[in-house]
Amino acid sequence: MSHIVIDENRCKACYLCIRECPKNLIRVSDKTNSLGNRTVEFCDEKKECLGCAMCATRCPDLAITEVYRG
Amino acid sequence: MALETITEKKVLIKGNYAIANAAVMAGCQCYFGYPITPQSEIGEFMSGKMQELGRGYVSAESELAAINMVIGACSTGVKAMTSSSSCAVALMQEGLSYACTDELPVVLISVMRGGPGLGNIYPSQGDYNQTLKGGGNGDYKMIVLAPSNVQECFDLTYKAFYLAHKYKNPTVLLADGFLGQMMEPVEMKEYPYPEIDNSAWCLTGAKGRDGRVIRSYGPLAEDRCEFLENLFGKYKQIEENEVEWEEHNTEDADILLVSFGSTSRNVRTAAKICAEKGLKVGTLRPITLFPFPNKRLAELAQKVKKIITVEVNMGQMVNDVKLAVNGKVPVELIHKGVGTPPSPEEIVSQIEELV
Amino acid sequence: MATQVFKIPETFRKDFKYTFCPGCDHGVAIRLVAEVLEELGLRENAIVAASIGCSVTIYDFLNIDALEAPHGRAMAEATGIKRARPDKFVFTYQGDGDFASIGLAESLHAALRGEKISAICINNTTFGMTGGQLGPTTMVGQVTTTSPTGRNLEYYGYPIKIAEHIALCEGTAFSARVSLDSVANIRKAKQAIKKAFEVQIHGLGLGFVEILSSCPTNWKMTPAQAHERVRNEMCNIFKPGIYKDVTEGLK
Repeated sequence: MSHIVIDENRCKACYLCIRECPKNLIRVSDKTNSLGNRTVEFCDEKKECLGCAMCATRCPDLAITEVYRG
Repeated sequence: MALETITEKKVLIKGNYAIANAAVMAGCQCYFGYPITPQSEIGEFMSGKMQELGRGYVSAESELAAINMVIGACSTGVKAMTSSSSCAVALMQEGLSYACTDELPVVLISVMRGGPGLGNIYPSQGDYNQTLKGGGNGDYKMIVLAPSNVQECFDLTYKAFYLAHKYKNPTVLLADGFLGQMMEPVEMKEYPYPEIDNSAWCLTGAKGRDGRVIRSYGPLAEDRCEFLENLFGKYKQIEENEVEWEEHNTEDADILLVSFGSTSRNVRTAAKICAEKGLKVGTLRPITLFPFPNKRLAELAQKVKKIITVEVNMGQMVNDVKLAVNGKVPVELIHKGVGTPPSPEEIVSQIEELV
Repeated sequence: MATQVFKIPETFRKDFKYTFCPGCDHGVAIRLVAEVLEELGLRENAIVAASIGCSVTIYDFLNIDALEAPHGRAMAEATGIKRARPDKFVFTYQGDGDFASIGLAESLHAALRGEKISAICINNTTFGMTGGQLGPTTMVGQVTTTSPTGRNLEYYGYPIKIAEHIALCEGTAFSARVSLDSVANIRKAKQAIKKAFEVQIHGLGLGFVEILSSCPTNWKMTPAQAHERVRNEMCNIFKPGIYKDVTEGLK
């Protein structure tokens, strides 16, 4: 099952990944991380993730640490 | 000029070529330089010899590039050097400050000419302060060796490579145009020093280990204080172990003449003339300018009535002599702004005026 | 069974933390360098020379041997490393002010000598670390802290087109300009970095990549707006493309 892993403590809240996801599966969360940033979260209730890794390719801070496809 | 083969017989050779030969025979793997009179023969010699031996040579685009190429080569642990003169050594000061902070075994041959500014190509000792007091930023020291003849140009080039690697510290051979251009018989012995193992710190690619970083940037004030204390701890060690000087007739001297480099040759002749005239004159010549023979000067200041330094500049080393004797005896200066050293007769007549 | 299609390259130091501003493309560029080093099996043989500017911090993140150079001197230090150890893989990671302003002589002469090294230059049209002053690549009209009414020709003249200049040097084996404004372009950038590394491995000469990047903090834009600027303004002036590739037609 395709999915991504987010390391919230690396997230600097640039939110570039949110725009990148073709299925709009990343959103701003309610959580604040150790850097004081409102982090993003991966929300894929309908199992739509393609495992395209566009979010991880875009993320400047390697906060999306793993992407799985299939 | 061919590389002189190792020989017990003496060969007649120019100072610049003696330095270049010593560098090659010391195992210098890389030479990077930019021409400037009066040391261009070093780069000319190295251009052919290094290619012949399959070693590194770059005719650098500037002195800034040259010194940084040396830094790059030294970061891999090899022996590497550049050579230059006065106004062009001025361009290397940034790199030298970095090299001291990076603790890299950079070897610089500095063949002094007239200054300030473009000055001229006559010999001079006007870069004592540039070399010893640091033209670059921050607190750092380079080991500085001052030859007074062509044999010493050869021997101290060997020593420069050794000390640079032993202490991981930039080391300067501070010669002048007089020494660079004159010919004297030289005995070319083999490199007498042990090879230093650099494998614990040099950059070779992080095979089977974490990546090493050679850096001068220290973002935190506290860390920087600690770093500087350690660096100056090393300088203290150098002062304890490596200070070298030559002295003559100091036992019962009333007057002590202090000079370095080519100037000291005329000073010794002047001292002999003084002795014939019944003056009790001793001489002291620092061979290492850093470390400076402070302790010995302080000892001699207890015995002599006056110290006179002789320099071809407007008076630079004289200040270090004053610091060493700390007001114990008067310290006077005989100097000439630029050019060949004052003749023995000139020195004698000035001594007579001063005493 | 899901297959892993993305991971943090092992070339990164353990527990590294990027110290770049939010949205800064340095993070992407360094990741691409790490990926290429790994794919070409170069990590354990690589030495990077990085000079002062935001780019210098690469040594805090990548677990490879590194030499910090004074501002502008990375190409000279890389030259020294390569001449001393021709068996090592040597590259620089620099900013545009470093590579093309204060270090232009070192950069061009390394290219003219055909040094067998690779160079990565981040072009974000400004001096980032010092707070967004006018640099050699600042676009005409662009406002910076030292061009408060925009870069005008009377006072500042023109920006430099780095990839074209490097391509003109006969010792250059590969020179390209890429952009990090989109995922598609990030993938192209990686291919260019790979090529710039490969020409060194094959001893063909200098491999060079200029990477158009955003600096949201100093441009006073959101990260997304900054990428719009890269796409709509920078790419018109600094046109992406391969300006020299001596391997074309070879095989």
